[in-house]
Amino acid sequence: MSDPVIALMMLGLFICFIFLGFPIAFTLMAMGVGFGFYAYFNPMVAFWDNNIFYLLVQNTFSVMSNDVLISIPLFLFMGYIIERSNILEKLFESLQVAMRHLPGSMGVAALLTCALFATATGIVGAVVTLMGLLALPSMLKAGYDKKLSSGIIAAGGTLGILIPPSIMLIVYAATAGVSVVKLYAAALIPGFLLAGLYLVYIVVRVLINPSLAPKPKDVDGVSFWIGFKLLLTAFFPLAFLIVAVLGSILFGLATPSEAAAMGALGGIVLSVAYGAFTWDRLRESVYLTAKTTAMVCWLFVGSWTFSSVFSYLGGEGLIEHFILSLNLSTLQFLIMAQLIIFILGWPLEWSEIIIIFVPIFLPMLAAFDVDPILFGLLIAINLQTSFLTPPMAMSAYYLKGVAPPGVELWDIFKGCFPFLGMVLLTLILVYIQPKIVSYLPDLLYNQPSQVDEGPLPEGVIDPAFFLQGN
Amino acid sequence: MIGYIRWVDSLSKALGHSFGWCIVMLTLGISYEVFMRYVLNSPTSWAYDMSYMFYGALFMMAGAYTLSKNAHVRGDFLYRKWQPRTQAKVEFVLYILFYLPGILALVITGFFYALQSASILEVSVNSPAGVPVWPLKAVIFVSGLSMLLAGSAEMCRCLVCIKTGEWPKRDDDVKELEQILLETHGTDQGAAK
Repeated sequence: MSDPVIALMMLGLFICFIFLGFPIAFTLMAMGVGFGFYAYFNPMVAFWDNNIFYLLVQNTFSVMSNDVLISIPLFLFMGYIIERSNILEKLFESLQVAMRHLPGSMGVAALLTCALFATATGIVGAVVTLMGLLALPSMLKAGYDKKLSSGIIAAGGTLGILIPPSIMLIVYAATAGVSVVKLYAAALIPGFLLAGLYLVYIVVRVLINPSLAPKPKDVDGVSFWIGFKLLLTAFFPLAFLIVAVLGSILFGLATPSEAAAMGALGGIVLSVAYGAFTWDRLRESVYLTAKTTAMVCWLFVGSWTFSSVFSYLGGEGLIEHFILSLNLSTLQFLIMAQLIIFILGWPLEWSEIIIIFVPIFLPMLAAFDVDPILFGLLIAINLQTSFLTPPMAMSAYYLKGVAPPGVELWDIFKGCFPFLGMVLLTLILVYIQPKIVSYLPDLLYNQPSQVDEGPLPEGVIDPAFFLQGN
Repeated sequence: MIGYIRWVDSLSKALGHSFGWCIVMLTLGISYEVFMRYVLNSPTSWAYDMSYMFYGALFMMAGAYTLSKNAHVRGDFLYRKWQPRTQAKVEFVLYILFYLPGILALVITGFFYALQSASILEVSVNSPAGVPVWPLKAVIFVSGLSMLLAGSAEMCRCLVCIKTGEWPKRDDDVKELEQILLETHGTDQGAAK
């Protein structure tokens, strides 16, 4: 067997082994070490001097000293702190009052609360369960349709993985070697576009069929000033925190890790200001951050070793060759890639998909002339669906777990369908008009985003030199 | 055997919890650097090295803790449906085949990697401050050891489960907010994973 075929076998075996349910980080590591041992086997050196062991340790150290991944624990920490700061209730209340003149005001308020809170915390499960306990019962009590209400909460909470500062985008940036800053800038418009579509959908549906969302009576009498005061204490501080964190990243005032650290500190200040700060909560946040960071970063330890062995054996080249030989157009390639990611989203979580499967597509992007940033955004939008469709459907299951009796799982899925349609619509819009993604990065950083190929070695003449002559 | 599992678990937990506080140091350290740079206009020379060291130590040393709380992500949509005994048998074999080789490599090769760095008192190349790098490299070895211990405890868990037919309980620990809410308010425990 030739080496590339061995590499394919490595990938195939790995995919089979995932189903055994062993922690994926260590399955990856084992595949990397096992096949690496074969790849670097040299009868002249002792068993334990095989280069693969050194490669593993070196890769581990690279993960440990990677300056993109530093932002992950910091954003997680910020999320855990804000999640425990009792802010959600006030936020929902204030938005409900502020939106009271819109049709379906509670739905709109619930969506905005979900989106804002999910953006700040980046933790989908927490938003959905909190809102399921807080907003869903009051929406149902006000006579809202249960399918519509649960769809809003499940879909709104999932927005947190798309709208920056999202942890998923950092993981993608580290995997694909693109700039987090550009990726964040690129994600802003599609994120707001999707949230905006959700919003328009709610309002239009309620306008067509007002019985879906009767106007709540108890908020009518609230004066403008009281409403404004509510917004001032609940909505603006959190919105300001997010804008400050994002703004300082986008305008180059701070690196993502610096902004994340300031965000975490800001989260603590907010939590103190809301009287929600206790040592127990801080301790919980610290321990949870440690656990989740270890979970994500050990995946990187495994996958970097796996993919270096995979490409050393020539597996990447073989797959690239195979895909190129299919003679796909760029559009066909993108659709195929998205379909594969969509299907992978059923059994797997986003972290696994991004860290393990995205590297397989990456080398092909250049051949099809696809911007890795655009590709990342398409994946981020696409993965919204994996939270909402069975069998994984984390958002839907979490919501079901806390929903009042009478809301069936099927109601939630039915409620999610229209929102899935809008995810698909956003994907199509981004396909048709990639400017949606590239506009902000181009505007802010004044150059088309592309993979940085590094400076040319000295003595090599820049190919552009010859083009100028013609 | 249960006693051994308990002992290793509490050790992993203590390690994970204490290194967890790196995140607070990281937050404060970076915030201090930002303050120094923008307000006092005198950036520190050590902040960058400090930041990745805290981060690296944080996740490496929390690995064993995460393992002992069964929080490393699994592709478990089939696994979930198996009998505990089947799960334990498969897992025991995989711990030997998959887990031990990589972790042993981290321990043994990591030891020489750190030794080499320590013997020349290697410092970081990122700044003239001369921040020592070898302690971070030594973290690979120490973390490997803790993973080895935690892995042995997991293997004991598998053995207990094969014998008794059910998984020994894990100690209570901090939980994700959604988990807490599902447990306290849950109407349908079966639906939540």
